[in-house]
Parts: sequence; structure tokens; C-alpha cells
Amino acid sequence: MIKVIVVGNGMVGYKFCEKFITKAGSEKYQITVFGEEPRRAYDRVHLSEYFAGKSADDLSMSTANWYDDNNIILNTSELITDINREQKTIHTHLEKTHEYDYLVLATGSAAFVPPIEGVDKEGVFVYRTIEDLDAIMAYAKKIKQKGATEAAVLGGGLLGLEAAKAVRDLGLNPHVVEFAPRLMPRQLDKGASDMLQSKIEALNIGIHLNKSTQYIAGEDAITGMMFEGDDLLKVDMLVVSAGIKPRDELGRVSGLEVGVRGGVVVNNKMQTSDPNIYAIGEVALYNHMIYGLVAPGYEMADVAAEQILGNEKLMRESIDMSTQLKLIGVEVASFGDPFIENDEVTAIVYENKFSGIYKRINVTKDGKTLLGGILVGDSSDYNGLFQIYSNAMALPPNPEDLILGSRGGESSTMGSAMDLPDTAVICSCENVTKGAICCSITDGTCETLSDVVKLTKATSGCGGCKPMVVDLVKAAQKSIGKEVKESICEHFHFTRQELFDIVKINKYTNFYEVVDHHGNGDGCEVCKPVVASIFSSIYNDTANKHVTTQDTNDRFLANIQRNGTYSVVPRVAGGEITPDKLIVIGQVAKQFDLYTKITGAQRVDLFGAHLGDLPEIWRILIENGFESGHAYGKSLRAVKSCVGNAWCRYGMDDSAGFAIELEDRYKGIRAPHKIKGGVSACIRECAEARGKDFGLIAVEGGWNLYICGNGGANPKHAVLLAEQIDKATVIKYLDRFLMYYIRTAGPLVRTATWLDKLDGGLDYLKEVIIHDRIGLCEALESEMASLVGTFECEWKQVLEKPRLMKRFSHFVNSDEKDDNIEYVALRDQKMPKAW
Amino acid sequence: MENIINEYTSVAVEDVKIWFKAGTLKDFPSNRGGCIKYKNKQIAVFNFERRNEWYACQNACPHKMEMVLSRGMTGSADGVPKIACPMHKKTFSLVDGSNLNGEDYSIATYPVKVVDGEVFVGFLE
Repeated sequence: MIKVIVVGNGMVGYKFCEKFITKAGSEKYQITVFGEEPRRAYDRVHLSEYFAGKSADDLSMSTANWYDDNNIILNTSELITDINREQKTIHTHLEKTHEYDYLVLATGSAAFVPPIEGVDKEGVFVYRTIEDLDAIMAYAKKIKQKGATEAAVLGGGLLGLEAAKAVRDLGLNPHVVEFAPRLMPRQLDKGASDMLQSKIEALNIGIHLNKSTQYIAGEDAITGMMFEGDDLLKVDMLVVSAGIKPRDELGRVSGLEVGVRGGVVVNNKMQTSDPNIYAIGEVALYNHMIYGLVAPGYEMADVAAEQILGNEKLMRESIDMSTQLKLIGVEVASFGDPFIENDEVTAIVYENKFSGIYKRINVTKDGKTLLGGILVGDSSDYNGLFQIYSNAMALPPNPEDLILGSRGGESSTMGSAMDLPDTAVICSCENVTKGAICCSITDGTCETLSDVVKLTKATSGCGGCKPMVVDLVKAAQKSIGKEVKESICEHFHFTRQELFDIVKINKYTNFYEVVDHHGNGDGCEVCKPVVASIFSSIYNDTANKHVTTQDTNDRFLANIQRNGTYSVVPRVAGGEITPDKLIVIGQVAKQFDLYTKITGAQRVDLFGAHLGDLPEIWRILIENGFESGHAYGKSLRAVKSCVGNAWCRYGMDDSAGFAIELEDRYKGIRAPHKIKGGVSACIRECAEARGKDFGLIAVEGGWNLYICGNGGANPKHAVLLAEQIDKATVIKYLDRFLMYYIRTAGPLVRTATWLDKLDGGLDYLKEVIIHDRIGLCEALESEMASLVGTFECEWKQVLEKPRLMKRFSHFVNSDEKDDNIEYVALRDQKMPKAW
Repeated sequence: MENIINEYTSVAVEDVKIWFKAGTLKDFPSNRGGCIKYKNKQIAVFNFERRNEWYACQNACPHKMEMVLSRGMTGSADGVPKIACPMHKKTFSLVDGSNLNGEDYSIATYPVKVVDGEVFVGFLE
């Protein structure tokens, strides 16, 4: 066996092992890894997530038995102290000696601590390892108990801002102290860093620029930082994150060539001045540079692995430092040469202080080549721009369209991902090309997106390339004629409409019957609720009948909220309620300590009910004449109304009365998605009826009927279906419309999207439900008739059958409530405690 | 609350020191979950009747740390039995707790055995 020893068990050292063992010929080599840290290699890029609740195990690059499974010997907590290059041996701090044929230095870097007086005081930390983080966490907890609130981070670069977020996650107010006149001076120009600064300051993070720290104040522990000019910043903790210095001690003691400012010098084979010793990652000085990004480190790991195996791969001459990330929630990206300014180059800058967006692209004067750029506040264009830059692709006639979008049109200026050359690197973390992604589908190696991810590792690094990979996989599937059908999920190769017919024709009443006869597997969170909803739409079963396949909200007949408690919404048809009933709601809320809020659907939502309290809450409500409001169901929610001509001097008709009638007619009917209605008594439209799935507006001579509107993420006004019709006609058309929608829409597709996708659009819909062109109206009406009037309150059913009540208990083996639920004050009420 | 996640580590059946009696067969609904309390742990137990299999995992969703996984929906992905969190539909393998949506967080799983109609969950301590 040829012996390879890897010194350092960070991300790059791990990546070296991972790449090495997959290569041909690697079985003749024995890899031994030494790491001075006590644990397996972990993801340092996402270190700040440790504060946000991730465990060291979550951050780990590999599973516990990965090294064993791959015959790699891992020695943690063992430091290499010396190399004997003559005898080709290394020496560890445990006084052990090991022989090597090839040595790979992947020792990485340490935090650079500027020589400031008092930097050794208690409460000053660096931000580099999980142990550093543990120490910071423990100290923050201690000083917080003593009432401390302020903490500083030294360094306004990438790492410094990451550390500031971490400090904030610990509940302290961070102050970022930077020597340079702007944040991220290496990646951003003035305009971009000003924008970043204003966005970060808006989050109550102090930014102190142009600050030269004279000394750290305090007796034993830090109490402040003294800047030049007698300017004191009072803080009780300091995290130094001012840069990195390569861990090149081993190179130095063993006489390898090192750079003036540190780093073990390597050639383009990643060889040091000793041909049997390689250096990769942040310890390697390549082209007079240390590269502090993961992608170049991974590439170095690959080159070193190939070289040791006797192959020819060389490191690229110029290394791309493009990067896209989220800093304290602000999107930041830079690519190519972000600063370039000369006679041949023009910078196009878009700055929007209102939305906090800054974009800059550097384009050659002839408008043909993209050389680099910066994005702050919105980096959604990054993938497209990076591809254009790195593949030197042609620019649109107006290059500014790249960052402004082609104004006036919908079409994307980036073109489709399929237009990229096969050599285009889509995932730069794992160096995966478009060709590799598409081929894996077209040559039959992979079938699905997850196959591709498993095979190529694309998207497994930073994940920024995911949208492009998804597009490419879809396009590649299509190119080989693989039908990309809108089937429900892996268990059913049918659309919802096909499944609806299958259930109806075969009269199925049980989910597993359907999946056994027409699908495969055990179902999932997508198809089970779809089938349950179809059962309900066909047989008007309440949610109690299909508990196993109902989503949580339907299973517990209430809406799950942020902390796992539920909200309760009794029906208040048309928003009309008596004072007595209002008092009952108030009494229930008081008795069970619930937060109350008036909803957009003119009813009262009671939040914070424990699972176990739901039956008792509903018993009281039902005894006082309430019924379920189906706020949890994919069904009719409410029909909103204005007060109407009973009181309003403008009213043309009894809108409230009609709203109540419609709500009672359609309540409880299950649909592909929720349905909302509205009725206004005049064109002033106080009920916002045109923002609903169906809306009525009283006009001279009858009602105008509008359909397929909604609020939500993509607001859409309802469109006019029929004018000046009487109430009976309204109900006839609505019966047909709703039933046609229930029959044919996809899962979780609301009426507006359904109409958008309907072939022939509104005109066709009018033909079907007004002129009965396809002879469906009678069936639609009779199906609706079988649903209307068979309504049963689901909560009443539960309370009548103790068997159904069993599910409303948090524990199977205890009557206790979930003790994990905590509240904090919110104005005069309460809210779940954020954690 | 930071400590919730540290409470839960997967237990392999061969390492079980304590088989805790969680209840009897009738306590656990078929093809759904029930939550049990063991010391300071909340464990979701699934009677996957359709597969004639039982599984158990932490009740806390690792995404938002809410005690809700037992109320999620069971299913399978490529034949692997899974649970979908009711909060944001993150899905996890019931066999090894891995995240099936490609995100980083996963859940701890525990062995279950059924003897004479009684359901036991295995713990280290």
C-alpha cells in the first residue's frame, strides 16, 4: 500500500479524501488523516448556524462511520508537530511517528488577531471553530445574566458580518468595527457597501468605520474598545474576525518554501518545494495568493488527488473568486472583476435606495462582454450573470437589461439555462457542468432530480445553483421525450382530475384501495390529502371520516400555529353576529387564555389553544349555537359582505342576507383549495367581492356575478361571468361553476390559476356553465345538490363520539400538555415565544 | 430551547439499554402517530400498519423545534417510510431520520418493539 497522510481535517482535507477514494487506482493507497480538533470535519461555511440551533453533528461533513466504511484512518485530537522529510515521516504531539509516501497539508488557517494592547483580556474571542463558538456562547450567557447588552465584532468583512449575526443570535447588540472606510472592502465598491451598511444598520446593528483600535479597555475582562481620538465604545465582549492567517507552522519547521506573509508555496500541481508534499486549501500560497473560499479549496483537493494518483490535472491559472451569499439576511454577490474601471470598460449601475437594491455590471465599451459585477439586496440575477461572465456569452443589445430586466416585456433576458454551453459550470462548489447534469439524464444514468444530485453532488454545497439545476433536469427529461406530466406525486401517475374520475367511477371510499389499485407505495403528504378531498367532494364526507389521510389541520379540525398550538374560528356567516354570541366568544377566549384577532373574513380567530383544550372549547361554542367555520379546510371559508340596504343609504339590495344564504349553501364542501366569496350591495364594493373566488355586486336590475379572483401572493380581480341576473340564476351558475372547478382543478390550485390554465379561458367557461355546450350542466347541478344540505358540523360529530375525541391529547401515555410551549407579552395579549 | 435538539440522538436497536413501555396496541392509531413522554423527552411513535412496521422518532421538528412530528402524515418516498412535518411539510426518513428534502437537518430515530400487544420504545438511559 502506498501511504498518503493528510494533515488537517477541515472541509478541504475531507474533500480531498472524498474525491480521492472515488478515483480509479485509489485502492492501492492507504489514507490516514490527522486532525487537531476533537471531531470529524465540519462545514465551517455554515458555522453561524450553530448559534441558530444546529448541532455539531448537523454541521458534520460526513456520517460517523464514513471514514471506516471507506478504509480511511481518522485520528482526531492529534497534532502533527514535525515532518522528517529525509525519512519521510511525521511526528505527532503524542510522540508517535508515521511514515508517508505522500503528505498532504490541509491545515487551513487560523483567525488573524491584530496586535492590539489588551487583546488577551477575558471576553475577547476569535471566531473559527466549534470550540470558539462554545466559548462565545458560554461567555455571552454569563454576561447577559449580569445585564450586559453590547458586544463588538472586529472586522467588517465577510467573516466579521457572519460573526455579527452570530452575536445577534445570542441576544446581544452587535457593533461591527472596521478599520477601512467601508464594509467588505475586498468584494464591494463604495455604492454597494453603503447600501449593505444601511440595510444592516436598519437591523439595529452598529457599524463603526474608519476605526483604529488603540487598546482593549477593562481590568481583567473587556469593558470597551478605545479608538484613536479618545473615542470609547463600551462593550462587554469582543469577537475578533479580522482575517485569516495560514497555518503554515509545519511548512516552516520542515524548511518548505513559505511566502513572506505566510502560506506554503505550491505550483500548479499543488506540490510544495518538496515534490512528495502537497498543500491545499487556505494554507497553500498559489500565484502569491491565499484563497479563502471553499470552491478553489475543493479544486485544489481534486488536483492534488489526481497528481498523487499519477494523473495530469493542473490547477487553473486564474481562480474565480465569485461569491453569492446572505449576510444577516441581506443578499450579497460579486463575480469576475467587480471593481474594474478603465478606458475600455463601462460600469452600469442601478441603485434603488427605497428597496435597498444596488446592482453593478462592468461591460466592455463595445457592449459585448461582461467582465464582472456586484449585487446587493437582490442577488437573484447572480446565476444568470455568472454564467454569461464565465462563458463569455453574448450580451443582449441593451446590456442594462441584464440587471433591469427587459422593461415592457415578460421574457427573461438571461435566456434559458439550456442555451448555455455544455462546459458551463453550473455548480461551482462541486464543479459540475451543464453537460454533466444533462448527460446524466439523457444517457439514462439518472431519472430524477434527486438521482442527479446524488450522482453529481450538484446543489450540495451552497445550494445557490438549485433553480438552474432544476430547470436543466426538466429540460433534459423533456429532450429525451420523457413526459413531464403534472402528476400528483411519485405514488400516482395521474392528474387530480384523472384521479377524481377514477374514485368516482370505482366508488372508492378508502385511500389505500385507491393507491393499491391505481398507484404505488404508501402515499404521502401530497396525495393523501388530495384523495381525502376528492372523497369529501364526491360523498360530502366530513374530515372525521378520513382522519388518517387528512392533513394536520383537518385531522385536528383547527389551524396549527407557530408553536404547535391551534387556532379556533367559529362560523360567523356573512360577518353578521349577535351581541350575545360575541360575548360567548369573549368568554371562551378568556377562559382558555386565547389571543383574539378579527380576521379578514369578518370573523374572530382565537389563537393559542392547546390540542387537549379543543374539544372543551368547541363544546361551549356549540352549546351556544356556533358551528365550525372550516378555517382549516380546503373548502368554503366565508362569504364576506357589506351591511347592505337594511342600514346603508346607498345599498341596492340585501347583501348581508344573500351572503349568509350563500355561505350556508356551500359551507363544508371540500374543494381543491380554499374558496372565498363576497357580496356587495352597490358598486362601492365594501365587501371586496372582486378579490374573491366568487363575488356579487348588486346593480340596477339584479346582481353582477364575478368569478376567479383572489388576494394572496398574486392578487387577481375576479372577472365578470354574468350581468344583472336574479338570485336564482346566481345560485344556478355558482353551483355549476364551483362543481366544475372541484372536478377539474389540480391539487391546491385556486380558481384564478385554474381559469388561467383552462384551455379557452373565460369564453370557454361561459360556454360550459352558461350555455351548456358540453352538456355537463345537469350533472354539475345534481352533484352540487347532493352536497348542499347534507352539511354536518364536524366538531359536533367529534363531541358526540368519544371515540373521535381520543386524538385530541398531546401524549398517548400522559394527560399532561406540551410543556414546550411558552408565551411572551404582545401588546395587551400574548404570542408564542420566539426561540 | 437551544437544548431541545441535544436531547435527541438516534438509538440503534443493539445499543438499547432500556425498553420503555409506551402503551398498548390500541393506544396508537393505525398509519398515524402518537406522542409519548419519556423522562424529559417527547417521542413520536408510528404504527405503520399498512407496512406492518413500527417506528419512533423525536417529536420535535428540527426546523422550528416545535413538538409536532407525531401529528404529521406518514407516507413513503421511493419505498422508504417517511413522516411529513405538519408545520412546513419537511419530510424525514423514519428508518434513519435523514432529511428527504435535501436540507441539512435530520431527526433522531428510536427502535420500537411490540410484545404481546404492548409497545416498547428503546432508549440508552
